[in-house]
Amino acid sequence: MSTTNSRKTITFISRSTPYGGGLAKACLDMVLSAAVFEQHINLVFMDDGVWQLQPNQSPQDINAKDLSAALTALPLYEVNNVFAESASLSARGLDPKALVIDITPYSAQQIAALIRESDVVYQL
Amino acid sequence: MKLTVLVYSAPYSSEAAYSAYRFTASALAAGHEIYRLFFYYDGVHNSNALSTPPQDEFDLVKAWSELIKTHKLDAISCVSSALRRGILDPQEAARYEKEAANMGSHFVLSGLGQLVDANAMSDRVMSFGA
Repeated sequence: MSTTNSRKTITFISRSTPYGGGLAKACLDMVLSAAVFEQHINLVFMDDGVWQLQPNQSPQDINAKDLSAALTALPLYEVNNVFAESASLSARGLDPKALVIDITPYSAQQIAALIRESDVVYQL
Repeated sequence: MKLTVLVYSAPYSSEAAYSAYRFTASALAAGHEIYRLFFYYDGVHNSNALSTPPQDEFDLVKAWSELIKTHKLDAISCVSSALRRGILDPQEAARYEKEAANMGSHFVLSGLGQLVDANAMSDRVMSFGA
């Protein structure tokens, strides 16, 4: 595939709850696919998307697959630029140091800069 | 400009799928190249050939099919999105021993790698419906 010749900076903004719909999973699938083709990836959790980072999820109670377990695979795919919007975390009472994966807390201004530096942005 | 159009929404559930269609048709009319149409998530419903709106309403699936045929567009429905929503081509219907196939013949089932490729090869990726 010709993609390996074209390495772009792609920022994914994941804004949806983990189990309220399929968008969170859809976003993660896009991230992992892009990672397989060695694109330069930023992953940002924002708005209700930060709920994906909450520890101690019990999705088996609603017959759902554990999305947070899938998030722990990100380093294996060398997706290391993972951010969460600080205000989204604090508004929901989430501690940036006690999440299912390590993230870098970013302000809205920092995320705006990330978007400006990106070739392509997906938000879902 | 070389463009890829990514559609997340089903026809009729929101305006987004129709907006994507209008954008694609307008871009082609303006002389741009459409590298790929990629239907993802609920967007795969745009490739359901059994969609049957009332006769006095715009038939979006038919319109997409005609646009794809006329301009020989590469139109992909994401296979994992499509199968769980019951959009199957004859091969998948046979593989999973289903009674019927319903995907429009102008669409192709394939994976997210096709979106990553389109992302790399296009000047812009336009997203509709998320």
